[in-house]
Amino acid sequence: MLIANYIPLILLVLVAIAVVGGIIFAAEFFGPKNPTREKLMPYESGSDPLSEPQASRFSVKFYMVAISFILFDLETVFVIPWAMSWRESAAMGHGFYSFAVMALFLAILTIGLVYEWSQGGLEWD
Amino acid sequence: MMVEVLISLVKIFVIVLGFVMAVAGLLTLLGDRKQSSKIQNRVGPNRAKILGIGVLGIPHFLADGLKLVLKENIVPAGANRFLHTLAPVLVLAPALIGWAVIPFMDHYCTGTMQTTAEYTEICVGGEWKNYFSIMHLNAGLLFAFAIAAISVYGAAIAGWASNSKYSLLGGLRSSAQMISYEVSMGLSLAGILLIYGTLDLNEMARMQGYLLWDWLPMWGVVVQPLAFFLFFLAGMAETKRAPFDLPEGESEIVAGYLTEYSTMKFAGMQLAEYAATVFIAALIAVIFLGGWQIPYVYADGIRIFDNHWVPFGEQAWYWISIFLRVHAMIFKILVLVWLQFMMRWTLPRFRYDQVMTLGWKILLPLSIANLFVTALIVTLL
Repeated sequence: MLIANYIPLILLVLVAIAVVGGIIFAAEFFGPKNPTREKLMPYESGSDPLSEPQASRFSVKFYMVAISFILFDLETVFVIPWAMSWRESAAMGHGFYSFAVMALFLAILTIGLVYEWSQGGLEWD
Repeated sequence: MMVEVLISLVKIFVIVLGFVMAVAGLLTLLGDRKQSSKIQNRVGPNRAKILGIGVLGIPHFLADGLKLVLKENIVPAGANRFLHTLAPVLVLAPALIGWAVIPFMDHYCTGTMQTTAEYTEICVGGEWKNYFSIMHLNAGLLFAFAIAAISVYGAAIAGWASNSKYSLLGGLRSSAQMISYEVSMGLSLAGILLIYGTLDLNEMARMQGYLLWDWLPMWGVVVQPLAFFLFFLAGMAETKRAPFDLPEGESEIVAGYLTEYSTMKFAGMQLAEYAATVFIAALIAVIFLGGWQIPYVYADGIRIFDNHWVPFGEQAWYWISIFLRVHAMIFKILVLVWLQFMMRWTLPRFRYDQVMTLGWKILLPLSIANLFVTALIVTLL
């Protein structure tokens, strides 16, 4: 049975959830409960918050980081299987071919990085 | 079946609740605070005593924990109560689950151990029993990465759900920083994966028992020094500790995404940071510093320059080698944790643009170059 092989993992997840659940339980059920308006106010150095942070805008820079992350993490997704199967292709005598294909792939992505860099996509000011 | 469940429960309790919680919760807290006080020429926590005994201020941490339990749990007005509670779970649970694949020692062999001419240890006349890691996964490294990546959600959700501007800024900063460094982390490992040819962490540790030219231990740091450096830096940035603690920079955004957290929820998130520090140390130890390997010490004796010496007889030496190797692994983890704390209290905090520049303009090109050069060398050899 396949699932039987993963019993330790399932047990570990259960233990982790129990530990975290215990921590959340301790947070919720011990300690005093007398909330006041001032206590529940979001911390803003004592002054009343003027706007809702969840509705406010944030810097587009973070969006750029997210897009670049997707691109280069996908690169990692392609590179790691290649690294794992390199030995096999080298054993079949295609080591150099395999390397050349990957070098081409890396070169294209490096050009992308250089372009993003030159266009100021990585600047933060 | 029942025996297996029992064995894995024992392993989970010893590794996660024993080692991780003890090291992350007590030792690192103690070491961190005591070390920071030494560096800053202070005394550090020394007042708390139990029955008049205050060894190194250890009772201080019990008192701190008790105090945190007894504080009021505050969810700010307008905050999303469910997500506010979920965030600590998403931060702390992955920090514990990731330990499933860390090998503290090679599998136990019921037969006799032999070391081949290539310094590979094989089990003759018996089978491997997995007693020293919770779960043996053949894609262990991918599992560790996948689980570690979940904590990004925790930080981002904690920032968003708190309905506070400081929290939102902290959450944005932490998620941007963590994903930036995750790219370099993954790419810097591609080179060493090319050399090992496996994603199995235990197998990686086994391969590092090889002696180059019969004297140099072929640890990851020897064959991939640049990758070690890159991975260490990126790992430190992942754990969000100083000098990379921008998401919680007190002088700028109060406590970042932790601003609106109190009581044990706060403690849980802090604990998760320490647990992540120890986890990164364990990953670095396994991938780059030989894991449980001790140079020249093998399960069937000590080997240096073709000399083979078996102290205390074979079976006894096998047990001694297990004992030594488990402690070698723990020692390596503790040294790496100590190194991270040392850096934390030595270096000042970066500016946010410096963190992004380091991640995207230095670490990423370097890790691509490292991968390219490694592939070229491996191909030409």
